[in-house]
Amino acid sequence: MTLDARLVVTRPAFTLDIALEVAPGEVVALLGPNGAGKTTALRALAGLTRMSGGRITLRGRPLHTLPAESRPIGMVFQDYLLFPHLTALDNVAFGPRCQGVSRAGSRRVAAAMLERVGLADRAAAKPRQLSGGQAQRVALARALAVRPELLLLDEPLAALDAHTRLEIRSQLRRHLADFDGVTVLVTHDPLDAMVLADRLVVIEHGGVVQQGTPAEVARRPRTDYVARLVGLNLYRGVADGNLVKAGELLLHTSEELDGAAFVAFPPAAVALYRTRPDGSPRNLWQARVEGVERHGDNVRVHLDGPVTAFADITPAAVADLDLSPGRQVWASVKATETHAYPA
Amino acid sequence: MAATVPEPAGSRDGPAVRRESSGRLPWILVVPAVLGLVFLVLPLAGLLVRAPWSTLVQRLAEPHVLEALRLSLVCATVATAVCLLLGVPLAWLLARVSFPGRRLVRALVTVPLVLPPVVGGVALLLVLGRRGIVGQWLEASFGITLPFTTAGVIIAEAFVAMPFLVISVEGALRGADRRFEEAAATLGASRWTVFRRVTLPMVMPGVVAGAVLCWARALGEFGATITFAGNFPGTTRTMPLAVYLALETEPEAAIVLSLVLLAVSVIILASLRDRWVSAP
Repeated sequence: MTLDARLVVTRPAFTLDIALEVAPGEVVALLGPNGAGKTTALRALAGLTRMSGGRITLRGRPLHTLPAESRPIGMVFQDYLLFPHLTALDNVAFGPRCQGVSRAGSRRVAAAMLERVGLADRAAAKPRQLSGGQAQRVALARALAVRPELLLLDEPLAALDAHTRLEIRSQLRRHLADFDGVTVLVTHDPLDAMVLADRLVVIEHGGVVQQGTPAEVARRPRTDYVARLVGLNLYRGVADGNLVKAGELLLHTSEELDGAAFVAFPPAAVALYRTRPDGSPRNLWQARVEGVERHGDNVRVHLDGPVTAFADITPAAVADLDLSPGRQVWASVKATETHAYPA
Repeated sequence: MAATVPEPAGSRDGPAVRRESSGRLPWILVVPAVLGLVFLVLPLAGLLVRAPWSTLVQRLAEPHVLEALRLSLVCATVATAVCLLLGVPLAWLLARVSFPGRRLVRALVTVPLVLPPVVGGVALLLVLGRRGIVGQWLEASFGITLPFTTAGVIIAEAFVAMPFLVISVEGALRGADRRFEEAAATLGASRWTVFRRVTLPMVMPGVVAGAVLCWARALGEFGATITFAGNFPGTTRTMPLAVYLALETEPEAAIVLSLVLLAVSVIILASLRDRWVSAP
């Protein structure tokens, strides 16, 4: 492992305590809700937030004993923090200059970096003359210009509008693929995390609650937060064969399990009926409509009852069922649409 | 088109601007306000009215006037340079480094601001005078005497003016986004490099404003200067001292000298109007 860290930061009413191992060339995304401690973790790695415990080793060398300016890092901040009084070129040249490269030499490095991110023609622009996407690329170039061993990205795409975001995301993915050091990025956007990262580390309340490849995390969420992110209904219960008892509801699943288990199914798999359907599907329960909202081309129905659930149905079905908050409906899910896995 | 439709008279939801202009102004506020304005402006107007305009140029060209003006400008400028050299680092220390007793130090820095300048002059004499704690040593070791010299003028002016600079720069430093300094640190910049290449350029408007205020204060310094440096033509008689002296012997010359100082003040105010005078 190139990066091997245990980060402990204690604050009044908040403790961050996470372990992190990242291989060279690997991109790890710290994913979590606001206030979970993602940015604190990143700042601890950078040396900007003092750790109350733990350690950081990079290629076997301790990092936590060094001040920020002595760590072999590059960092891209959420709002980029390009120096407003310097041109794009001098912003990028700042790092090499601090490392002792001559003025001309660091400008050459900076020009090459700007070329790489496709901004050679904006070298003379001041940060306020750059668009959001351009500023993001300059910030990335500035971080990479110091040839870091550890690249840290704090919500690198959060400040961009939807259209720019799409384009910058794919560019960033390419640059991260070219980078052979360790990359840790922080985001609260699951899509950014899935596209950019090789591995997700989900942080809630200062601790790691789940980690794995994006596919694993998307398929087998382990907390309500992750389930919401990846758009699944998730229940924790006790399995006995292909039955899982989640709260008051008994769910039939296709997998056979024993002991503590999760059951997940997509909202689109939930069917709604005004009256109890004939032929009685196995997973059937009576629910009350809590709310109805637009979700893409469909409508997402919030259900309360023995379990809370989301159901995605077509606008036509909403009209047919005459759904409004407070209405009682029957909800069903086919066993084959569920996915059960050990908790 | 909609914009040209007149609002119905007596509309209850008229814009706030209208409501503000309606209603009588309270005389209990307006009368003192106007009196205050007159009080501030009248003396300056008097100066302009009584000025000997016909002989102005001739009087300005008199050697002792030019001498006092040159001395004032040189001393104020050197004092400002001294304040910049010492005051900017001091402001940085107060704004960026937490050390025990920081609040006390900040209070001490502002003391010359409220201290009567004459008291400041006396204090300087006690420390830097020939019998002073430091002055004695300076004279014995290096043969340097400060009181009643041009260097003494500069010291007196710097003592009185430095708080203006420190307060202005410290305010600018506190207002500056420290995350830019963090960004510089992640790029490998030492604290000195961060200060030189990031912090200082970003607070430069505050430094300039502080320096101008500091310079204006030094230019007008009277009490500490006359106490510590005396009143010798050519070496320590600055403009304010010359004005005071001329008032007894030659009132018209005093007016001319005052006009020069007034002009300098107005120019400074104009150069800073965006920062201090314009409404928020």
